[in-house]
Amino acid sequence: MTTAGTLALPKPSYLAAGWSLRSWFLTLDHKRIAILYLASITAFFFVGGAAAVLMRLELATPESDLVTSGVYNRLFTIHGTIMVWFFLIPSIPAVLGNFLVPLMIGARDLAFPRLNLLSWYLFMLGGLLAVGAIIAGGVDTGWTFYTPYSTTYANSAVIPMAAGIFISGFSSILTGMNFIVTVHTMRAPGMTWFRLPLFIWSTYATSLIFVLATPVLAITLVLIGVERVWGVGIFDPSLGGDPVLFQHLFWFYSHPAVYIMVLPAMGVVSEIVPCFASNRIFGYRFIAFSSVAIAVLGFLVWGHHMFVAGLSLHASLVFALLSFLVAIPSAVKVFNWMVTLRNGTIRYRTPMLYALGFIGLFTIGGLTGLYLASLAVDLHVHDTYFVIAHFHYIMVGGAVMAYLGGIHFWWPKVTGRTYSEPWGIFSAILLFFGFNLTFFPQFVLGYLGMVRRVAEYPPEFQVLNVLSSAGASILGLAYLVPLVYLTRSLIRPPSVGSNPWNATGLEWGTPSPPTAHNFDEPPVVTGPPYEYENPQAVASQEAQNG
Amino acid sequence: MMTADPARGFSLWPESASTGAPDIDRVYIALLGLTLFFALLIGALALGFGVKYRAGAQVIRDRIIHKTPLLEITWILGPFLIALAIFVWGAVVYMDATEPPAEARAIYVVGQQWMWKVQHPGGRREINELHVPSGEPIKLVMTSQDVIHSFFVPAFRNKRDVLPGQYTYLWFEATRPGTYHLFCAEYCGADHARMRGRVVVMTPADFQRWLAADPSAATSGESESASGEAMPPTIDSPAFVRFGCDDCHQASPTPAGPALHGLFGQRLPDPSHGSATVDESYLRQSILEPNAVIAAGYAAPSTMPSYANQIDEYQMIELIEFIKSLRDAPMREALP
Repeated sequence: MTTAGTLALPKPSYLAAGWSLRSWFLTLDHKRIAILYLASITAFFFVGGAAAVLMRLELATPESDLVTSGVYNRLFTIHGTIMVWFFLIPSIPAVLGNFLVPLMIGARDLAFPRLNLLSWYLFMLGGLLAVGAIIAGGVDTGWTFYTPYSTTYANSAVIPMAAGIFISGFSSILTGMNFIVTVHTMRAPGMTWFRLPLFIWSTYATSLIFVLATPVLAITLVLIGVERVWGVGIFDPSLGGDPVLFQHLFWFYSHPAVYIMVLPAMGVVSEIVPCFASNRIFGYRFIAFSSVAIAVLGFLVWGHHMFVAGLSLHASLVFALLSFLVAIPSAVKVFNWMVTLRNGTIRYRTPMLYALGFIGLFTIGGLTGLYLASLAVDLHVHDTYFVIAHFHYIMVGGAVMAYLGGIHFWWPKVTGRTYSEPWGIFSAILLFFGFNLTFFPQFVLGYLGMVRRVAEYPPEFQVLNVLSSAGASILGLAYLVPLVYLTRSLIRPPSVGSNPWNATGLEWGTPSPPTAHNFDEPPVVTGPPYEYENPQAVASQEAQNG
Repeated sequence: MMTADPARGFSLWPESASTGAPDIDRVYIALLGLTLFFALLIGALALGFGVKYRAGAQVIRDRIIHKTPLLEITWILGPFLIALAIFVWGAVVYMDATEPPAEARAIYVVGQQWMWKVQHPGGRREINELHVPSGEPIKLVMTSQDVIHSFFVPAFRNKRDVLPGQYTYLWFEATRPGTYHLFCAEYCGADHARMRGRVVVMTPADFQRWLAADPSAATSGESESASGEAMPPTIDSPAFVRFGCDDCHQASPTPAGPALHGLFGQRLPDPSHGSATVDESYLRQSILEPNAVIAAGYAAPSTMPSYANQIDEYQMIELIEFIKSLRDAPMREALP
C-alpha cells in the first residue's frame, strides 16, 4: 500500500488547529470527536470500575457487611449498565473507529461530520441521564432489566436509566450509519474492498449490528416505560403480559451487542499482529468474511440466554446449534493470527503484548461459551459465576485488552507522543496476571453453584472469592498505570515521526498527529494491505494467497 | 431472616446427588478436555512461533506462502465436527434432564419475594425447605406469585426459571440422603441473595414418616396411588365446590362440561396443536382461560367463565390435585 501526498510544508496538526473550547465542542473533525469520546468513556470506565471495586470488596466475606443488599444490587447495576453501554459499546468503534476509519480508507472525514458530532452529544446526554439515575438513588434491576421486576416491582430510578440508554442508542445508530456510508462512498482511488484493512471490515460488520439491533433495544426500553408508567400489560402476567417476551426482545439486541464489543477488538488485533510480526496477515479473506459471519450468526443465537426460562425444546435445539456455529469463525481468526506469526520477525512491544493477551483470553472466553451453548451444562451453570467469568474473558480479557492494545498502538499517531515502553510492558503483563487471578476462580465458583448478583454466599465459597478480590485489586492497579504514563506523555511536545512502528496502512502515511484534513490530496492505493517488508526474510518471494 | 445453609467445607468440585448429575458432569469434563486441548494448541503455536521467529533470532524465514486452502479448510471443518458432536451429546443429556418421567411424584413450589413455599400433594407445606425421598423421580410443578425466580440445586446440576402466570417443571431423582443447597438463580430484588434454602433428601421410609408426621396433612391418597397401591381417591376439595366446578363437571347425567375422571395424563385432540397432554399446565390454563383449548365435542366459545384473578395459587394446586386424584377412575364418555 502506498500513499501519495507526503507533506512538503508543515501544516498545523488537528490538535494544534484550535485551542478554544468552542474548537473542541463544536468540532466537525472526526479525530477531535474521537478525543471527546476518549475522554468521556475513560471517565465512565472509572465510574463502572469503582462499582466493581466495591463489589469485590463486599464479596471478600460471605456476609453482606460492607454494604447492604440494596446497595450491592445498585452497584452491580451501575457496573453493568455503565460498562456495557457507556464504555464497551462505544470504546473501539467510537474512539479508534472515529479516528481511524477515514484515515485508513484515505478520506478526509466521515461522510456526515455533523451527525458524528450529534452522536457524541446524544451519547453524553444519555450518559448524564444514566449518572443522574445513579445519583437519584440508583437502579436495582441489573443491566438486563428483566420483567416484571423492572416494570412492576423495582422501586428505583428505572425510567431515567432506561431513558439514558435509549438516547445513547441513537448515538450508536448514527455512528454505525456514518461508518457504513463512509466505507461505501469515500474510499480512496484504488482502495477496493479486499484492500481494506481488516479493522475496517470488522468496524463495518459492527456498524451493521449497530444499525439493525439497536432499534430493537430502543423499542424494548420504550415498552418497559409504557408498562411501568401507564400500567399497560406487555410483560407482567398480572396485567396480561408475557415476561419471557421481554427476554426475547432484550437478547435480540444484547447478544449481537456482545459482537459489537468483540468484533472491533478482533479488528484491532488483526492490525497489531502483522505489524509486530513484520509479516503479511495470513488468510486475509477468511478473517474478513469471518467478521461478517459472526455479525450475521450473532443475530440468530439470542435464545441461548433462555434455555432454562421456558424456551420450547425445538427452539432450544436450534439456538444451541447456531451458538456452536458462531465459535467457528472465531476459531478461524485465532488460527490465522497464529500462522501470521510464522516466518515473521516478532517484536514484543506493548501493543503486541496486549494483542497476544487478547488471543489467549479470548480463546478461553470463546471455548467456555461452548459450555453455555451445550444445553446440558447450561442447566447447571446458567446464572452462576461461570457465566460471569465467561463473558468477562470475552469483554475484559478480549475487548478491553484489545482496546488498550489499540490505544498503545495508535497513541503516537493520535497524540504525536511516545509513552514509556517499560511501563507499557509492565502494565500489560500486570493486567494479564490480575485479570486471570480475578476471573479464573469464578469459573470454579460457578460450577460449584455460586449464583450471580448476590452480596451473600455460603461460607465454603470464601477462599475462591478472596482470590478473585485479590486479583481485582491487581487488575485495578493495572488500569491506573497506563492512565498515569499515557497522560504524562502529553507533557512533552509531539516528537514522533509519521510511522514509528514501520506499519503499513494509509494512516501511517500522515504526520503524527495528522493535519486537520488528513491528506492534502487523495492517496492512491496500488496494492494489498499488510505488505510488510520482513527485514530478515529470505529472498524467495511468491504471490500471497488472497 | 437468616438462611439455613447446609454446612460444607472448601471444595473445587460440587457434590453430586442426583441420577442426572453424572451425565452433566461428563459433558462438562469433555468440554474441559477440549478447552485444555485448544488452549495448549494455541499456547504451543504462540510460544513456538513466538520464540523461533523473535526479532534477532537467526532462523530461516521462508516467505513462500502455499496457496492451498487446506489449512483453512482443516481449521473450519475440524472445529465444526467437534462442535456438532458436543452439541448432539449436550442435547441428548438435556432432553433426559428436562423431560419428567410420567410416573414422577409431583410436588408444588411457589416462589415469592424472597422465599420458596412448597406444597406437598398430601397437604404438608414447607418454607425454604424441600423434603423428598431418594430413589424416586420427583417433578416440581413451579410458579411465582410476583417476579421471575429460578429454582437451582447445584448437587442435582439442574435449574429452572419459576415464572409468574404459568407452570414450569423441574425433575430429578435424588440418589443419596443428605441436605443440599437450594438457591434462587434469577435476580429477583432486594433480598435475592437470601432466597436460599435446602433440599432434604430422605430414605423413602423416613420420607413417609415425615409426610405423615404433619398434623395438617390429609390422608395421602396421591402418594399411595403413585406407589402403585390402587386406592380410591380420597382427596376432598372444598374449592371444587366453592367455585362451582361440580355444577358442570360432575354428577349431572348430561354434564355441561367434560368429565374429569381419568382426564389427567390423557392425550386429547387439540385443534391448534394437534394434540395436548393433560398435565398441570393444561389444567391451569383451562381454568384461567377456558377458551384456550376446547375439548372435542364441545362448542366454542366455552360456556365456562374464566377464573383468572379469582383463584389463588394454593386453591389452584388444590383443584389440580383433586382432578389428578380422579385419574384412576375410568374416563366417562361425556359427549352431549
